[in-house]
Amino acid sequence: MRPLRIAVCVKPVPDPKQSSSFQIDPVSKTLVRKGIPLVINPLDRHALEAGLRLKESAGGNVTVFSMAPPAAEQTLTETLAMGADEAVLLSDLHFAGGDTLATARVLAAGLKKMGDWDLIICGAESFDGGTAQVGSQLAVLQGLPWITRVRHLEREDDAHLLVTLEDEVEQRDLLVQMPLLLTVDSAVNQPRRLSLLGILAARKRKVTTYNFNDLGLDKNTIGLDGSPTQTRELFTLESSKKVEMLTGNPQQIVAELFTKLGL
Amino acid sequence: MIFEFTPEQELLKKAAREFAEEVVYPKVEEMETTRELPEELYQVMGEAGFLGILVPQEYGGSELGTLAAVLVVEEISRISAALGTSFQVHCLGYLPVVRLGSPQLKQKYLPGIATGKYIATGAITEASGGSEPANMSTIATRDGDSWVINGRKCFISNNKTANCTWVTARTKDEPKREFTSFFVDKSIEGYKTGRMENKMGFHGLDNGDLIFQDCKVPSENVILGEGRGITVAMTSIGRMGRMGMAAVGLGVIKSSLDAAVKFANERILYGKPIAELQAIQFKVAEIASLLETSRLLVYRAAWMADQNGSDSDLAPVVAMAKYYATDSAIKASDLALEILGGYGVVEDYHVERYVRDARMIWAAAGTADIMKLSVAKSALSGK
Repeated sequence: MRPLRIAVCVKPVPDPKQSSSFQIDPVSKTLVRKGIPLVINPLDRHALEAGLRLKESAGGNVTVFSMAPPAAEQTLTETLAMGADEAVLLSDLHFAGGDTLATARVLAAGLKKMGDWDLIICGAESFDGGTAQVGSQLAVLQGLPWITRVRHLEREDDAHLLVTLEDEVEQRDLLVQMPLLLTVDSAVNQPRRLSLLGILAARKRKVTTYNFNDLGLDKNTIGLDGSPTQTRELFTLESSKKVEMLTGNPQQIVAELFTKLGL
Repeated sequence: MIFEFTPEQELLKKAAREFAEEVVYPKVEEMETTRELPEELYQVMGEAGFLGILVPQEYGGSELGTLAAVLVVEEISRISAALGTSFQVHCLGYLPVVRLGSPQLKQKYLPGIATGKYIATGAITEASGGSEPANMSTIATRDGDSWVINGRKCFISNNKTANCTWVTARTKDEPKREFTSFFVDKSIEGYKTGRMENKMGFHGLDNGDLIFQDCKVPSENVILGEGRGITVAMTSIGRMGRMGMAAVGLGVIKSSLDAAVKFANERILYGKPIAELQAIQFKVAEIASLLETSRLLVYRAAWMADQNGSDSDLAPVVAMAKYYATDSAIKASDLALEILGGYGVVEDYHVERYVRDARMIWAAAGTADIMKLSVAKSALSGK
């Protein structure tokens, strides 16, 4: 089959395994990132795996894109060690503070700079922001059709993919034509682990960095100034566990439970 | 001095950690119960490229060096000291072929070692002990262009899992005793696994006798040359065996710290986590300090090994690292057990396993007292 040009968008996020130590700066209302290592957003690992499997089944190449601070280069190197052919870091102070739309604009410019793509894959949402908007916004900016939360994905022929979606009601199998953008759910695959051979292979691959000047964007459409939405408040949801033992016979317990539940 | 790992080393640590947490951890209970090493662990390690970490790239390895191997051993040992030890024994088993083997020997074994076709070990210890090789009774006699080995080696880790080993035997008595090391694989008749030891810890790591009974080995399997057997053994033990056990110690200290911190933060006593009590904080501080000081010694020793200094210069540095990290693992696991109180002796909390495994590290590849002899010899010489 025809080799595909596949782009995968990834976001470096604070390591979810350390979520118990996350803190919010009371003044800036942002997450305190110091001391919290960055990792590839969990669903983006599934997106990368989906791209790598398509490449391995029928040839092609996978390029990873990320808009992030310079420190994210290590995270992108990890995607190279997992098997991506190239990684592109979109990094500039002008990009800082961007909301989902401003981020999608930067990603769209980065993708455009590198040519045309048969398939763009994103994780359905990020672990930290959790808006699930960037994938769809990126598709609209690219003028591409898109499907969100794909749970199964395989190559059908030169021009088509077979994808499976599932909601509360039904499961749907769709035959879709490329080019298009997909966002994937965790059910789509089991991402591979890093291997030493992959780490060695990454020595021959590179992370390319593009800044504001490279992308030719309008300053008013990116970063904090170009963001139509802004975070007003970020706070830790207080929750406490409380155990209450109900006693009595089953009828009494059920009656009391219904009362407590307001039923 | 630069106290940070390269980006590649960071990725390597992450790769080993993911393997340990996702593949090894679910098997730990089975290893504790059956005392067997699940076969698939070596299969996964082979596929991921861990097994050839010291093998030159021209033979299919990753050739990432001693420090890289130490980092992998530490990460695996954080989850299973038994598998960490097995892996480092595999490395010490093939290291003499890498460093001292002939081109033919390298070509014959290293590609298979890198993929996991061959799992290795090393055999010098006998019933009389491992630290005084001059008394070994295993002998090898010439038979044309071959050698015939007869004898029994004891306390050999991977004695069942490994299908190849270096083995040191006495090859001459007069005018002075000489020893020669051979590389033998299980396709050679007369090389077999003997009785197994039941150990207090390292459950899942097989350990026991290797039997050599009229084991006929071709001369091309001699490592380094006739009469150089002790050099071969000490290269293996000094550059990887002791270093590797020190790295296992790091893993046990780290797992002890993690368990202690988790428990101290979660255990509520008198209305607050016990982590807020100074008596607990002092113990946590001690474990954390033992980890960092041990790491400094072990990483430095591994770095020195990668600079390719002489075995004699490296020996006291590795001995100090092994002695210190081992002692620290015993102290750290004991302190963690105290922090957990009654839960510490319950198997579900793993800390009792760390205590047992720490004592195993102390004994393997030379006790702390033997290590101190090497350190003292260097110190007393004024170096």
